[in-house]
Amino acid sequence: MSDLLAYIHAVETAASAPALHKAVVQLAQQKDTAAIPTLIAVLGYNNPPAAQAAVEGLIALGDAVVDPLLAQLDGDNYGARAYGVRVLGSIGHPAALRVLLAAAESDFAPSVRRAATKALGTLRWQLIPEETAREAQLREALTVLQRNSEAADWAVRYAVGVALDHLHQQAAACAIREAVCSLLNHLSDRDPDIVVRSRCQLALQRDCLSMHI
Amino acid sequence: MTTVSEPVQLTVPQMLAQLQGTDPSLRYYAAWWLGKFGLEMATAAERQAIVKALIVALADEADRTELGGYPLRRNAARALGKLGDRQAVPALIECLHCEDFYVREAAAIALGQLGDPQAIAPLQALLEGGVAMARPVPGRPHLVQPVEAVIESLGHLGATEAIPLIEPFLTHEVPRVQFATARALFQLTGAAEYGDRLLAALASEDVQLRRTALLDLGAMGYLPAAEAILQAGVEASFKLIALHGILSKQLRQAAPAEQTLSLFQGLDQLL
Repeated sequence: MSDLLAYIHAVETAASAPALHKAVVQLAQQKDTAAIPTLIAVLGYNNPPAAQAAVEGLIALGDAVVDPLLAQLDGDNYGARAYGVRVLGSIGHPAALRVLLAAAESDFAPSVRRAATKALGTLRWQLIPEETAREAQLREALTVLQRNSEAADWAVRYAVGVALDHLHQQAAACAIREAVCSLLNHLSDRDPDIVVRSRCQLALQRDCLSMHI
Repeated sequence: MTTVSEPVQLTVPQMLAQLQGTDPSLRYYAAWWLGKFGLEMATAAERQAIVKALIVALADEADRTELGGYPLRRNAARALGKLGDRQAVPALIECLHCEDFYVREAAAIALGQLGDPQAIAPLQALLEGGVAMARPVPGRPHLVQPVEAVIESLGHLGATEAIPLIEPFLTHEVPRVQFATARALFQLTGAAEYGDRLLAALASEDVQLRRTALLDLGAMGYLPAAEAILQAGVEASFKLIALHGILSKQLRQAAPAEQTLSLFQGLDQLL
């Protein structure tokens, strides 16, 4: 523990951007849940390499990160919020669902919106054991994805395609499978952007058994 | 000033009338608005009227800045570039001689957008004297001529005859001019050496230059840069745009799936 305090201290007192990056990498390498609050704070430091190292450190710590991160998600700093939402999406715990739905639907920052949109597909839906409840929440996510499939920003629509690809591969999401395929088909035919169309075609071509991650 | 509240509630006839009115700031705003929304909101007949009114505005004498600039002409030139009607080409070529640098710059960009090869010779004339001519103007934040815009437009216009004239600008002291030159030469020749120059700039110390080089590489669709773009020390939103440019070009050329798969994976991770 005293070792960890030294690593935390190094992050808090780093005098330059490269020194901060290095200190965060070292703190993340400790894989200690006591580092969580400091790593979350780094997301708001406006230092992209350090924030990226913190993102990776937090993802590696897994489910223990979810509650503290939800409690500290920064309402004022959209850069920090985008990193936080990426962490929540990668960890994929459904406790983040409400926050992710709201962010995907209406966050003013495009970076947050697309990260949250993608996260709706990478949630580990099997962690909601009760089937009726799971299906109801999947349908809520689907509604938001349908709405975002008409966003003006191609990157948000691309994120919809990525989320659908993940849902398409998740056995736990089989209740909405038909709707997922139909939205993928629609985007792969009709989206005005060739990259979005092709990403959705890729999702439809995949063998759904081989790609499950 | 109720007119500048909500662009979407304004109408084409209203803005066209405003452009032809007498209040300089309302005319300036109307020129911008018609450039931004004219294509989607105007009928064919209205577009004709807009283009004619904007061409008239290119010769405006009423709206002057303290330093002698012509703000309305600048916005009119920008709007004409966006509206895509080649009727405007002769008047825009005239503007390349305007005493206001920013009018010349806006006209050079617009001529590149309109894609009419008529503009090639007059654009080349602005590069006469080469790198030695293209010095900074003392006390102003720009060079004697808008060489960056001119070179970019010559690239868009496919002006291979301009290659010998453009090439020396690879050594211009301003990095943005070097980048524009490399990008145009890549468009004109397809030679990898020009793409590689921009690729090297991704390692620049200055984050602003890294962003510019990254967006240039994306706009060029330069595939060998994809991996370096993913690794560059630049915000994810810039990388998304650049990678999207590269992937779009690959897909339009029907590149094989094994070549595009890693680009899709890169984009997925940037979200």
